[in-house]
Amino acid sequence: MSLEHFLHQAVSSWMSEEGPDSDIVLSTRIRLARNFEQYKFPTLFSHEEAKKIIAEMEQLLKTTSLQKFGPMELLKIDEMQPLQKRVLVEKHLISPHLAEDSPDGAVLLTENEEISIMINEEDHIRIQCLFPGLQLSNALQAANEIDDWLESHIQFAFDEKYGYLTSCPTNVGTGIRASVMMHLPGLILTQQMNRIIPAINQLGLVVRGIYGEGSEALGNIFQISNQITLGKSEEDICRDLMGVVSQLISQERSAREALRKTSNIQLEDRVFRSLGVLTNSRIIESKEAARCLSDVRLGIDMGYIVQMSKNILNELMILTQPGFLQQYAGGQLRPHERDIRRAALIRERLKMESEKIKGEE
Amino acid sequence: MICQECNQRPAALHFTKIVNGEKTEVNLCEVCAQEKSEMFMFSGQSGFNFNNLLAGLLKIDPSFQKPSQSPFQQEEVLHCGHCSMTFPQFLKLGKFGCAHCYETFKDQLQPVLRRLHGGNFSHNGKIPKRIGGDLHLRKQIDELKVSLQECIQHEEFEKAAKIRDEIRSMERKLAGNVEGGK
Ligand SMILES: [Zn+2]
Ligand SMILES: [Zn+2]
Repeated sequence: MSLEHFLHQAVSSWMSEEGPDSDIVLSTRIRLARNFEQYKFPTLFSHEEAKKIIAEMEQLLKTTSLQKFGPMELLKIDEMQPLQKRVLVEKHLISPHLAEDSPDGAVLLTENEEISIMINEEDHIRIQCLFPGLQLSNALQAANEIDDWLESHIQFAFDEKYGYLTSCPTNVGTGIRASVMMHLPGLILTQQMNRIIPAINQLGLVVRGIYGEGSEALGNIFQISNQITLGKSEEDICRDLMGVVSQLISQERSAREALRKTSNIQLEDRVFRSLGVLTNSRIIESKEAARCLSDVRLGIDMGYIVQMSKNILNELMILTQPGFLQQYAGGQLRPHERDIRRAALIRERLKMESEKIKGEE
Repeated sequence: MICQECNQRPAALHFTKIVNGEKTEVNLCEVCAQEKSEMFMFSGQSGFNFNNLLAGLLKIDPSFQKPSQSPFQQEEVLHCGHCSMTFPQFLKLGKFGCAHCYETFKDQLQPVLRRLHGGNFSHNGKIPKRIGGDLHLRKQIDELKVSLQECIQHEEFEKAAKIRDEIRSMERKLAGNVEGGK
């Protein structure tokens, strides 16, 4: 299994498979932060300490394995091309911090890309499990199994009072960040999101758009995650997040039904106009693409558009980002060229859908 | 007490900050404290925004600074014996240098942790199996020691000898665990 394999096989399982409640929840992620007891945190550690940590992880991979999750590949940041790193960031497999600011960093990936273990990022170890749909308890269980495996070979920094010690005190205790990625066009169209976000913040959870900058959430895609990591158990943290996510799901569903009742034809018009733009445009900016993709996905979920795969939103939101587009083009692209490439890629992907339908007929 | 930021509302949050090695009280109202933490709440990358939060909460006010610094001032600055990080350095980076920093800065850390974690300041989640096992073993040894004392008091020496041997073997096991862990 090579780097090419990871990058060419562009679509990860969380993007292509359908999970529970996948009409609204795109993916679920659990991240656990851990540190070796005997080394300084990446804030201050020496180059030698960083190398020792990577060597220990390599040794661990050679001598043991977690059969359940299949073989893992270790990729070192300093051995990767800028474009390759960017693609891994766009697939949410590594953080921008690991790609840009961690020359001594590395990542362990499983073949289906559901599990990635970042090494020498902000903490020595960051276990990440990324599952399609709403699967908080499955993802937590997988993360715990990996943690148990690592812990049987590595002495992690742990304090009876403070729990797992992390480089930033925002993560201390459980070291857990549980997050759920949601598509919420109904709450945006009915202008409820501005009211909902502060209410969720009151509960110690964070809501943010994951694409785009500032308060704008491209593609109406939001990430809800826990802020508190200390004083609550991992299970309670996930349960509290689950409570809020379930509420959001039912609010989004009723917003969609309300829209169907009050503005059925307007909504249908909007969905098919967006489909028209995606099918026919020759130049498209990421912002417009995201808006149209969100409309089309809503159209699929509400039954206006039939016989089109749901995962088209998840997939194309990722595949039309600059790193992937350049990978697809096989080289550097200027912003204007990207917009042309983006339009071409979307048209091609949609053509695959209509050919699939013809094939079935 | 009035909030030092807006000089209008009553202060609801009280912190101690260290400026040039000197403790200073900080008093903020809910509104001003909330404003300072907002940026941090909406963000993704915790480290960077944690800086903003800290910088906001513990903003170094020039009026708190001493007019003239003694050349021995630096020696008074608390620092971690393992990685030499100082508290002002931590505030600047928003990150600790090593696991020992938590112990070194525990007094300053308490209000920060409470603020960050909804009033919580002690761990209530997963415990590594290795440490969990040791805790269990230590507890058993403590219990055996109590019954050893009781046996001696009641002059049950034969029973006491048995218990003593048991304690010794458990202590060897504990030492073995610690060594095995390293
Ligand atoms: Zn105020
Ligand atoms: Zn330290």
